[in-house]
Amino acid sequence: MSVATDILQPSVKTANETVKMSGRNVSVHYGEKQALFDVDLDIVANQVISLIGPSGCGKSTFLRCLNRMNDTIDICKVSGEINLEGQDIYDKAIDVVELRARVGMVFQKPNPFPKSIYENVAYGPRIHGMTRTKDELDEIVTSSLRRAGLWEEVKDRLDQPGTGLSGGQQQRLCIARAIATKPEVLLMDEPCSALDPIATAIIEELIDELRENFTIVIVTHSMQQAARVSQKTAFFHLGKLIEEGPTEQIFTNPHHKKTQDYITGRIG
Amino acid sequence: MQIWLTLLVVIAASGGLFYTGRSRALAITNGDATTLHSKPAFHGGMLLICGILPAAFVFLVWTFVSRYFADASVASLLGEEFKALTELEQGAFLRSAFGFSQSQNIGDVTAVELTAIEGYRNFYNFSNLVVQLIMAGLVIGGGYLAWRQIRVDLRARQFVEGAVSAALIAASGVAILTTLGIVLSLIFESINFFQKVPFFDFLFGTHWSPQSAFEGVGSEATDRNSEVFGAIPIFAGTLLITTIAILVAAPIGLMSAIYLSDYATPRVRAAAKPILEVLAGIPTVVYGFFAALTVAPFLRNSGEAVGLSVSSESALAAGLVMGIMIIPFVSSLSDDVINSVPQSLRDGSAGLGATKSETIRRVILPAALPGIVSALMLAISRAIGETMIVVMAAGLSANLTANPLEAVTTVTVQIVTLLVGDQEFDSAKTLAAFALGLVLFCVTLMLNVVALRVIQKYREQYD
Repeated sequence: MSVATDILQPSVKTANETVKMSGRNVSVHYGEKQALFDVDLDIVANQVISLIGPSGCGKSTFLRCLNRMNDTIDICKVSGEINLEGQDIYDKAIDVVELRARVGMVFQKPNPFPKSIYENVAYGPRIHGMTRTKDELDEIVTSSLRRAGLWEEVKDRLDQPGTGLSGGQQQRLCIARAIATKPEVLLMDEPCSALDPIATAIIEELIDELRENFTIVIVTHSMQQAARVSQKTAFFHLGKLIEEGPTEQIFTNPHHKKTQDYITGRIG
Repeated sequence: MQIWLTLLVVIAASGGLFYTGRSRALAITNGDATTLHSKPAFHGGMLLICGILPAAFVFLVWTFVSRYFADASVASLLGEEFKALTELEQGAFLRSAFGFSQSQNIGDVTAVELTAIEGYRNFYNFSNLVVQLIMAGLVIGGGYLAWRQIRVDLRARQFVEGAVSAALIAASGVAILTTLGIVLSLIFESINFFQKVPFFDFLFGTHWSPQSAFEGVGSEATDRNSEVFGAIPIFAGTLLITTIAILVAAPIGLMSAIYLSDYATPRVRAAAKPILEVLAGIPTVVYGFFAALTVAPFLRNSGEAVGLSVSSESALAAGLVMGIMIIPFVSSLSDDVINSVPQSLRDGSAGLGATKSETIRRVILPAALPGIVSALMLAISRAIGETMIVVMAAGLSANLTANPLEAVTTVTVQIVTLLVGDQEFDSAKTLAAFALGLVLFCVTLMLNVVALRVIQKYREQYD
C-alpha cells in the first residue's frame, strides 16, 4: 500500500489546536445495559481522530452520539454532555436536523440511495435548500464528486443509478454525498471495512485531504489504518475510554497496559 | 364403518411395510447401522412407497373407471324395455338405479329397476372384492420386491427423496390443473356464448338488458341478442366503482402504512396492525349491508341537504365502502414493503440532516414504489372481483354514466343475477355470465401479471 504509507500524520502542534467537539461524562444505556461509561473526549478541529478498540467496546456508540443518530433507537438513553463549539447538542433548543447537517456521517456499509449518482449527491443540498439555481447545484455536485475522487470515473454517467457502482465507488459516492451538505464534522463508522485494499487506500488518501476543511472522527478496526490517517487516537475497551492522545504516542508509547495489549494484538 | 375399516387397514399395512423394511435393514448389518449407506428409516420408507403407491394408483384408477364398467354390465342385463329408451333416458335411468343401489331403503320400484339395482349391487360386491385382492397382492408383491433389494449399499435415501419431491410436484400440480380446468370451462362456455352473440357486439355494445334476450335460434335471435348484450355499461360501472374504491383506499392505506412502519412506536404498531387486519376479516356481506343501510342513506340525505339528487343505490356508496374494505390490503402489503427498505437508507438520509418526512418522501417511497404499486394492483383486482357490496349497494340497472351519484352495476353483480334462479343452462343469458367471467378473469390476471413483473423488475434496486 504505497499510497497510504506517505500520508503518515505530521507531528501535532498543541498550541494551534482548537476544540471542535467535546464529550463530558458521556454515558449510554441500551435499556438496562450500559454501553458507555463516563467518556471524556475532545475532538480537535481539522484533525482526524481514530476511535479504536475491540468489537463491542462502545466506539461506534460514541460516534453515533456525536450527531444524535442514537435518537432513532428507542431504548437508547444518552447522559452527560456533548458540545459542538461550546453548545450542548443534547439541549432541548437544538434542532437535530440542523445538527446532522453540521455533523455528517458516512456508514460502514455503502448505502447509496436508489437514485442517480447526481441525485445522490444533490440530496443534501436539496433538502437543506442550499442552492438558488440549477447551476449552483451542479457546481456543488461536481466539486463534491471531485473532492471524493470519484468525478473522473462517473462524470459521463451521472444519471445512472448510484447502486450500480462498485463497492469502493459507492463508498466514495457516500462521502461525496456527505460533504455536499458542507458539514463541519464528518463521522465515519468503519468506512473501509467492506472494501478491498485498493479502494481502502484511495479512501484513506481522501480522508487526509478532507482534513483541510473538515474535522473527521473515524471508527476503525484496523490499527494500521488508524496509524496512517489520524493525528489523534482514542482507545476504548468495554465501554470505557482507556486512553487517548497523539496517534504516534498511542502506538509507540502507550501509557496503559490494555492499550499496549490491544495494539500488540494480545486482546481484541 | 367401511371407511374406518379401510383407513385402519391402510395404516396397518403402511406401518407393517415400514417396520419390515427398517428391521430388515438393521438385520443385514448385524446390528451396526453405521455401515448402511442410508439410515434404516429410509429403507422402511422405500418399502412403504413400493408397497402402497401401486395399490393406491390402482384404487384411484378403479374409482374413476368403475362406473363405466358397471353401467355396461347392468345395461346388458336389461331387456327390450330399457333398449327402447333414448340415450339420454337410458343415462337417467341408470343414474337413478345406481343411486338406489347405494341406499338401504329402495321403496317402490318396477321390476326393471329392481333388476338394474340388483345388477349394480352384484357388480360392485364382486368387483370390489377383486380390486381389494389385487391391491393386497400389489402391497405384498411391491413390498417383497423392495425387501429383496435391501443391501448395505442400497441408495434408499435417494429413492425416498425422489418420492418426496414427486409428491411435492403432484401437490402443486393439483392447484395448477384446477386453475387450468376452471379457465378452460370459462373459455368453452364463452365460445358457446359468442356463437349466439357476436364477440364485438358483446365487448363494445352500449346496451345491456339480458332480460329481453330472445330465446331461440336463427338470424332473428342473433340480431336481437347482439343488441341486448352490449357489456360496455357494466364495464363502465365496474371501472367507476373500482376507481372510487382505489381513490379511497390508496391514500388512506398508504398513509397508514407509512405511519405504522416509520412513526408508530412499537406498542402502537403491535396494537394497530392487527386491528387494521381485522378489517380484512370482516365478511364482505357485512360491508354490503353497511353500505346499503348506513352509507347510502347517509349520502342521499347529505346530497339532499346540498341540493344534489343522489340515488338510493349509488356507485359512490358502494365505492366508498369497497375502498374501506381494501384498505387493509394496501396498508398491510405497503407496510411490509416499506419495512423491507433497508435501515441503512434511513440512517444515510437522517445522517445528512433530512427530516423523517423528507426521508420517507425522497428515499423510502421511491425505493418502495414497485412494491407499493403491486400492492395497489392486488387491491384493484380484489375490488374488481368484489361482489357482495355492489350487489347490495350499487343496484342492478346497467346505466352508462360517469356520475357516481347514480346507480350502476358491475360485472360481478350481473354474473350473479344472470345465474340466480331457474335458467336454461344453454341460453344466451346464462352463457353471458361465462363470457363476463372470462373478461373479469383476463383483467385481474393482467393486473396480477403486471404487479408481479413490477416487483421482479425493480426488486434488486436496493440491497
